[in-house]
Amino acid sequence: MSDVEEAVTRVHHEEWARVVAALTRRFGDLDIAEEAAAEAFATAVERWRADGVPPNPGAWLTTTANHKAIDRIRRENKRDDKHKEAQMVYDDDPPEPLGAIGDDRLRLIFTCCHPALAMESRLALTLRMVGGLTMPEIARAFLVAESAMGQRITRAKAKIKAARIPYRVPSAEDLPARVSGVLAVLFLVFNEGYLATGPDTDPVRHDLTAEAIRLTRLIRELMPADGEVAGLLALMLLIEARHPARVSAGGELVALDEQDRGAWDAALIAEGHRLVRERLAAAAAGVAPGRYQILAAINAVHTSARDVRDTDWSQVVALYGQLVRLDPSPIIALNRAIAVAELDGPEVALAAVDRLEDKLAGYHAYHATRADLLRRLGQSQQSRAAYDKAIELAGNTAETAYLTRRRDQLR
Amino acid sequence: MQYLVSVIDDKSNPGSTDRQPAISAFNERLIADGYWVFAGGLADTTTATVIDNRGEQAVFSDGPFVESKEYLVGVWVWEAPDLDVALKLATEASKVCDRKIEVRPFQ
Repeated sequence: MSDVEEAVTRVHHEEWARVVAALTRRFGDLDIAEEAAAEAFATAVERWRADGVPPNPGAWLTTTANHKAIDRIRRENKRDDKHKEAQMVYDDDPPEPLGAIGDDRLRLIFTCCHPALAMESRLALTLRMVGGLTMPEIARAFLVAESAMGQRITRAKAKIKAARIPYRVPSAEDLPARVSGVLAVLFLVFNEGYLATGPDTDPVRHDLTAEAIRLTRLIRELMPADGEVAGLLALMLLIEARHPARVSAGGELVALDEQDRGAWDAALIAEGHRLVRERLAAAAAGVAPGRYQILAAINAVHTSARDVRDTDWSQVVALYGQLVRLDPSPIIALNRAIAVAELDGPEVALAAVDRLEDKLAGYHAYHATRADLLRRLGQSQQSRAAYDKAIELAGNTAETAYLTRRRDQLR
Repeated sequence: MQYLVSVIDDKSNPGSTDRQPAISAFNERLIADGYWVFAGGLADTTTATVIDNRGEQAVFSDGPFVESKEYLVGVWVWEAPDLDVALKLATEASKVCDRKIEVRPFQ
């Protein structure tokens, strides 16, 4: 990669969201902002190659994108004389420095993750507008045709405009619920990367996990006091840290208890642990932790154990207990049962898992957990049937390979 | 910005019938806060008549244009600065009416 291309890639990561956000505020139109930002970056590639990278690339891009947007509005106004050019605002001043909560990027994030949009539209719009991924990249990420993805984004932008979804950070009263909506979008992106579904995709999509972490870091930077933002970032970092040990050379998922812990990423673990300690201090001061903070703490227990035998299972079970009280979902109950198996034995855990059948019969992890517990209890025949069901329902290639080997090893 | 706010009932699981006092109080507030443009409850769908005069002769037919389990029981028109304000009011309206609410912007 040439120096100029490298500079454009770096600036794209650092400045894309800022440029789109500033333009959206100025022109009140996501479509114009997106198109002008994309054109400005395309121009940057050409011009910087000839003239060199400008001293302040972000300001150069914002100014160029502003001009592109004004050009487009002028062109459209010529076609449509109902609009008067006089209505346009000319403003070449550099954007004023604003406090974090006044940052345009935060407005952009809340608009893209608005609860009036379908979840799949929120994902796509966030990756495009905030993350700067291209349409083909997003289409590939979610295994849909590029035309379908383009339509989804176009429809979402049209709804934002027609229904007047505001470009604003929600009021303090609504903020916790809306932040949790944003975090849900980012966690979905991360999870799709961490356990990718589909037969033709890599089992771990590092591009998606990295993008989710990058965007969560951005929100952390914009909302440093929010405990759940810190919790989600810690959670992602501690999961991502185990990525080098998670898939074997043969393409098989490696369970947590069989992973080579020396291969874990020490820097990511250290950063994740720092965030968890920060939130533990807040909890000690009386701030009740939310679900991402508790999940991060659970992961910190795992990443603190150099050997799986050193895992503090009573701590894990206690944290899951706390989580169940906050979020009584059957999936949390299933994960708690997995920890209970280590503390109280597989028989106690199996009884707890079996109680979840009504709600989780269509979920591969329910059957995989039962299969493992039945195997440990020596009930090979039932275990085999549970593995069969789990394999049938699993969508991740590495996980299917792992489950198949486990089943075939049954006596 | 004006929004059409539709109150939706469900024939197989109708909302409670004692909501009128609460709805009246809610309407008073909508008027006082400047959101209220129009409101009206509708008679049963069986009282509807559909007219089609696209052809040579007008054709009248008895009943609603679409038969469905869910149907419109009333509408509001609200004036609100943006969708967040409308959704917040609609969230209250759903409790007040004990029914689902659809919010749709006018063009």
